[in-house]
Amino acid sequence: MRNFLSIILIVTVVFNTFSQDLTAILEQEALDTTFLVAGTFNGTRLLNGHSVETRKEGILEFLISHRFGRVNSGIDQFFGLDDSNIRFGLEYALNDRLTLAVGRSSFEKTYDAYAKYRLLQQKSGENPFPIGLTVLGTATAKTIKDYLPGQKPSFSERLTYTGQLLFARKFNQNLSVQFAPTFIHFNTAPESIDPNDIISLGLGARVKISKRVSVNGEYYYNINPFKSQELRNSIAFGVDIETGGHIFQLILTNSVSMIEKGFLAETAGDFLKGDIHFGFNISRAFQIKKKNEPITSKY
Amino acid sequence: MRGFYFIIIYLWMLNGLTAQGKYLTKEGYVSFFSHAIVEDIKADNNQVLSIVDTQTGEIVVQLLMRSFMFEKALMQEHFNESYVESYKYPKATFSGVIKNIDGLDDLNLETEIVGTLALHGREKEISTKVAIRKKGDLLILSGDFSVEVADFDIKIPAIVENNIAKTIKVSFDLHHKPYP
Repeated sequence: MRNFLSIILIVTVVFNTFSQDLTAILEQEALDTTFLVAGTFNGTRLLNGHSVETRKEGILEFLISHRFGRVNSGIDQFFGLDDSNIRFGLEYALNDRLTLAVGRSSFEKTYDAYAKYRLLQQKSGENPFPIGLTVLGTATAKTIKDYLPGQKPSFSERLTYTGQLLFARKFNQNLSVQFAPTFIHFNTAPESIDPNDIISLGLGARVKISKRVSVNGEYYYNINPFKSQELRNSIAFGVDIETGGHIFQLILTNSVSMIEKGFLAETAGDFLKGDIHFGFNISRAFQIKKKNEPITSKY
Repeated sequence: MRGFYFIIIYLWMLNGLTAQGKYLTKEGYVSFFSHAIVEDIKADNNQVLSIVDTQTGEIVVQLLMRSFMFEKALMQEHFNESYVESYKYPKATFSGVIKNIDGLDDLNLETEIVGTLALHGREKEISTKVAIRKKGDLLILSGDFSVEVADFDIKIPAIVENNIAKTIKVSFDLHHKPYP
């Protein structure tokens, strides 16, 4: 009996010492944490269109976007480089979800403004969520004087609106995919046979080829394009290069406009026939308001 | 009767072993500081797990890299995505031994910790001075040490060479409570 008890004693004491291993205690005490999935795309633009990303609170982002002429326009136009369209944009993140922005495009001298809101965010950890959803609403005003004398349209006749849902999932560090159903309303359609409302479905992806370089692709399919003109669906390929607070995007696309209503509804170029515009987006983010509080959420 | 005494002694010993002076915190503080030509970068982590065994002097510290908070949101994103690759290496762990733990009483103790820091898939031996204090039932460890970024295979691109220091100062302040 005594020997038996001694054995029990020694065995349990030894076992007990091992089970109280410090690392094991830490693992057991560790808090389960949920993290927002960051960096689904490098910037707020996939290529022509928006990405699901918004900037964090207090960041002012300055965007310069450029589209040259068509590369198949020959040496006389220096393969499109003589012709250039530019858009300047300023975006400010009021908080981590809501961004307000204004922009101005040289193409048709168009002003644009938009609000972008992150409705749902992809999460990993204890309470994961599979996708992110961002909603975008834009309004544009065309100001180019392309009307006949005496037929000046009213301001509201030259407005268009866009509503867009951006669904995205970062599958892993290297692959992110986005689906973007889009609704565009023209206050004035080009011709009477044309619809005022156009629906377009966008699909885009980012494939990272190194930590700071990725290859992006984007395609928008128009369900009911304008009938009076021969139009094409917008397609774009590009490379993103990220360095600190800058993002450079080099783009090949058949669209010349850099705002939704333009590149979605009014793209005329045929990518396969060489109606390709070379272009770039450059963005610089400035942290206007600093903060130092957790973005992690504890549950 | 003898068996009965034996069980009493056994239970007493078991009790003594499970409550053998362990101290734990889940809200430890670790920060790092990088001083470079262009800018200073600081990040704080208030969710550090740490456990100390005052009998053996063993210490284990563990933290999530994603829990480091930066002043600039983009820095935090780049830190996790491009530098420490938190998606691949979510944790940093230090395990080591506090020297001369026997000298610890209610007075302050200045001693040394020697151990291994594991981060970004690499391990490195670290030895650092530590100040140990007992305040009420709290066991407080604080100090700082320097690490070389290159030791942990974290690459700094040439374009931000002037923004990020090659040597990073790490500070810690861990307020442990008795465990369990």
